Amino acid sequence: MSEQIFTTVGTRPIRHDGVDKVTGRANYGADLSLPGMLYGVVVRSPHAHARIRSIDTSAALAVPGVKAIITGQDVPLVDVKLGMGEGAMDLKDMSDNLLARTKALYHGHAVAAVAATSLAAARAAAKLVCVDYELLEPVLSVDRALEPGAPILHDDLVTQARPPIEATGPTNIAGRLELQRGDLAAGFAAADIVVERVFRTPTSHQGYIEPHACVARVNEDGRINIWTSTQGPFLVRDATAAMLGLDAANIKVTPSEIGGGFGGKIPVYLEPLAVVLARQTQRPVKMVMTRDEVFRASGPTSATKIRVKLGAKKDGSIVAASASLYYEAGAYRGSPSGAGAMCMFAPYNIPNFHIDAYDVVVNKPKVAAYRAPGSPMAALAIESAIDEIATTLGLDPVEIRLTNAVTEGNLAPYGPPYGPIGFRAVLERVKASDHWQTPVAPGVGRGLACGFWFNAGMSSSATVMLGSDGSAAVITGNPDIGGTRAAQAMMVAEELGIPVERVRPSVADTDTAGFTEITAGSRVCYATGMAVIEASRDVREQLRGRAAKIWGVTVDETRWEHGRVVPVTPSDARTPLTVPEIAAKLAKTGGPIIGRASVNPPMAGPSFAAHICDIQVDRETGVSKVVRYTAVQDAGKAVHPSYVEGQMQGGASQGIGWALNEEYIYSAAGVMENAGFLDYRMPVASDLPMIDALIVEVPHPGHPYGVRGVGEVPIVPPLGAVANAMSHATGLRFTELPLSPPRVLARLQQGT
Amino acid sequence: MKLHIDTTLNQEPAEFLCAPDETLLSALRNELGLTGTKEGCGTGDCGACSVLLDGRVVASCLVLAAEVQGRAVTTIEGIASGTTLHPLQTAFLKEAALQCGVCTPGFIVAAKALLDVNLDPTEEQVRYWLAGNLCRCTGYDKIVRAVLDAAANMRSTRA
Amino acid sequence: MTTNRYEAPGTVADALSVMAAHPGAMILAGGTDLLVQYQAGQRTPSVFVDVKRIPELMTIEADARGVTIGAAVAAADICAHPVIRAWWPGLVDGVQLIGSTQIQGRGSLGGNLCNGSPAADATGALIASGAVAHIAAPSGVRTVPVEQFVLAPGKTALAPGELLVSVRLPKPAARTADAYQRLIPRTEMDIAVASVAVSITLDPSGLCTAARVVIGAVAPTPLLVPEAGAALAGTTLNAAALERAALAASAAARPIDDKRGTMAYRTTVVGVLTKRVAAIALSRAKER
Repeated sequence: MSEQIFTTVGTRPIRHDGVDKVTGRANYGADLSLPGMLYGVVVRSPHAHARIRSIDTSAALAVPGVKAIITGQDVPLVDVKLGMGEGAMDLKDMSDNLLARTKALYHGHAVAAVAATSLAAARAAAKLVCVDYELLEPVLSVDRALEPGAPILHDDLVTQARPPIEATGPTNIAGRLELQRGDLAAGFAAADIVVERVFRTPTSHQGYIEPHACVARVNEDGRINIWTSTQGPFLVRDATAAMLGLDAANIKVTPSEIGGGFGGKIPVYLEPLAVVLARQTQRPVKMVMTRDEVFRASGPTSATKIRVKLGAKKDGSIVAASASLYYEAGAYRGSPSGAGAMCMFAPYNIPNFHIDAYDVVVNKPKVAAYRAPGSPMAALAIESAIDEIATTLGLDPVEIRLTNAVTEGNLAPYGPPYGPIGFRAVLERVKASDHWQTPVAPGVGRGLACGFWFNAGMSSSATVMLGSDGSAAVITGNPDIGGTRAAQAMMVAEELGIPVERVRPSVADTDTAGFTEITAGSRVCYATGMAVIEASRDVREQLRGRAAKIWGVTVDETRWEHGRVVPVTPSDARTPLTVPEIAAKLAKTGGPIIGRASVNPPMAGPSFAAHICDIQVDRETGVSKVVRYTAVQDAGKAVHPSYVEGQMQGGASQGIGWALNEEYIYSAAGVMENAGFLDYRMPVASDLPMIDALIVEVPHPGHPYGVRGVGEVPIVPPLGAVANAMSHATGLRFTELPLSPPRVLARLQQGT
Repeated sequence: MKLHIDTTLNQEPAEFLCAPDETLLSALRNELGLTGTKEGCGTGDCGACSVLLDGRVVASCLVLAAEVQGRAVTTIEGIASGTTLHPLQTAFLKEAALQCGVCTPGFIVAAKALLDVNLDPTEEQVRYWLAGNLCRCTGYDKIVRAVLDAAANMRSTRA
Repeated sequence: MTTNRYEAPGTVADALSVMAAHPGAMILAGGTDLLVQYQAGQRTPSVFVDVKRIPELMTIEADARGVTIGAAVAAADICAHPVIRAWWPGLVDGVQLIGSTQIQGRGSLGGNLCNGSPAADATGALIASGAVAHIAAPSGVRTVPVEQFVLAPGKTALAPGELLVSVRLPKPAARTADAYQRLIPRTEMDIAVASVAVSITLDPSGLCTAARVVIGAVAPTPLLVPEAGAALAGTTLNAAALERAALAASAAARPIDDKRGTMAYRTTVVGVLTKRVAAIALSRAKER
């Protein structure tokens, strides 16, 4: 792919929605109120595992202001799959998660919902809903879930395995994936050094600052309006329709601005409840989760146990690797254990390997995607093992990775050969970085770790409308989490050769946007961007046609030249026409111009990242501080570098929090004890240094500009980078997160 | 029985009704229609509800609405002067110091309170001052740069 | 259950009247503990009694013999006061650690004391400096040394109907200084896992003549540890003396295991902090 010259792509314009956001005018999920609106509150199970014998709502219904109460009886369970991306989403589990039908499967599981004229009345009534539970023993860890005789969460659960295995009766293993290559025994036999460790990571949450919120209204003609903070308005529409047995054509979902998602706002928790309450009460219903509910009853990511065994030669080349991954799925199947397995060895050429990955149900909230789901935990394990081998052999951490790094043509562990990829380029950039070149300060430990993420493709649509003044509007259906509206405007500006300030990007609703899949998978700049580019090129072609008309020639006699159409054969009568000049004549040359495109491209081209972490540890207290941090990543092509840097810095800080202090703390009864921002300890501004973000660009040939997904891979390296830094700071290998002060001090006191 | 409160809001007289146990955050959002101030946690731990109360930055989720009788409240809606952005707002845009933007109003109000008392803070002072404002998207880097940038801008304008 | 009444009395007498008329009334100063507990359903007052319109509770008075800090004065004001900063830097250490900037704009000494948390950041430094609580009761005014004020988690020496009006700190003797530190996993925002406040007095030769060591978050209440003070008194706070004080502090600790720390961790760390805080107090005292 030749080096492209860009005029707008790669610059840093002010984002178009920025003024609304810095003035507080932008409207998020909880910011809408409608006349006559009621407030909906969910009643939640106080038990981690219990059969529901009966629910008595009579006392609650008597509370003044209460207009309706629903339970699982009001929403039939559906057995439906929703097509999504490369797979299908099983709505039966999502429906049972919405409202427990027969069993409460985690502390916080929704069992009923109340609508009342005030939040206070709804909450008072919720406390009076009387549920008769038969308590069951909760299963709170992978180890327990796998024990013979352990309580079984779902009697009808069958292990979905690839390759398939024989059914074995009641089980908590929802899924198993096995990947292998070569001859494992021979590989290990040939190794000069073998390292084997077991790693554990805790349940952790995406931590978006805006809780889930929605408003639902049923119109007099039966049409339903949903306003919601979501990563996928079309998913909300289709899942709500399927779960409630409604016609999706009668549902309009308007995405609000979204205050963070990271995967956690893909599932649907509140909207169908709000719709049912709105239907029953014939009034709009607003539902907003409290922070406590967000922790207990949305979708954190899996706690994991990962065993890894690596064999290498003295020169650092890895000859064999095996791993067993056990991921907690929460109450229903669906942990990212498979993705973890596919990513774990993806950066390295390992000739002999075996991985098995288990999806295990436990009595905790059903996990949701969290930024490169499954990959960060797996990376912790492999990157720590490589670091241990490098340290033992006296090899440089970058060099050992270069020795094993995949390049174009190598096979990914999950099958296909890599196209052009940037892992080696990323490692070279690490070597050349100021951070890596600066000697480690006394009392500080330095850690390096790398990471991989596939990046999704999936379907997107875009429309570009040309104004008669030569400005343009672009419409897509992807909620803007990180600056994608700005990037889309930049793409239109680039393609049409007009100033980016004269492009108006909008995120539309499900009635006015072409179908698009979720804002997730690091796909919006790539796939929706591709649709925007193609729609812009559609406009360009039409502009050529109009110029041809104006000049009285055929379209072949016109050429596009950044911002204007030029005649192939110039003359006095045929001088180049700029976009505004052609636009001024739209009515006379055929009417308005609208460009459109829909795409369903293959996956976005994998991205690789490497992070360097310097950590200082107080050896008397175990308290640590990250004193320097650099994130290096291959972005393919950074459309708006500031927002690419932002993804890298944000992912790094989530990973740092996960590594150092974030964890769900559970009581023996399965109740989360730290369901708030005071004791679920995410990094605050004083905890972090500036995070240097170094962008490498190895263009992805599948995209017109070379764009790769950038949003997810930044969270993959930090767990390993922090753990390796801690290891070098203390001389001890850490295998259990978070590396909170008590844990670190206990190891320091132990000395091993 | 609701209380009738007279206050000064964004430099204009304002009045509203509130329940005795209603928070200032709720009154701003639900009685006064000012939804720029956000609820992230309701327990004073995230700073998304930051407002200025008699010039001091506080968590409005931990202030009773009734308390602002006769006091002065400034919200994000009162930071710009008419349609002229405050240097902090301009700096946040220029430095790309927001991604999803939900924490941004709280940060701007809190940062304004800092610059009102210290127009030349160090990076460390900025970080500790803003430790009560959580951001999950940015890792704080560009936010800190924006605040330092705004401070420099305001110092040179003042000079 | 909700609280349906809010009062904002303008005098101590009026506040006492409201409290007498409404058993179950609770004092609202900064609200940074009470309102959190209210939202969580842990405390439901019959009346919110907002005391921030009462002058005695909102002022800081410094005179030749000491300083009186109104119970509802916000932390930010306490930490900005030049006399407090000069005479009790350790109290400032503690007070400015109470929560974020937003909490600092509201949270008060009185609230921190009366909330009765074992981990309260202000209480330790107040005890170390010999502070005295001034209480208004229907029968008159009474005083209680702060080290006898907090009786158990959430329980204070205030009888029903009594109001904490202010805390009085006697001017420190010559060559006296205090310091406070707490252990938290992050750099800000956390509740103390362990804390230590120390006040020491030196004689002109640099020998310590008096020392008070208070440990926090490692017992049901902040604890004055006489053995730790005794380990420092009569010494130059050399390494051996600091070590003895640390051991005494750890020995006096009676911590619990909870989501913020384990017993073993807290016991170890309180000893480490004792040494560090005593060293800071020493260097401050030397400068006086």
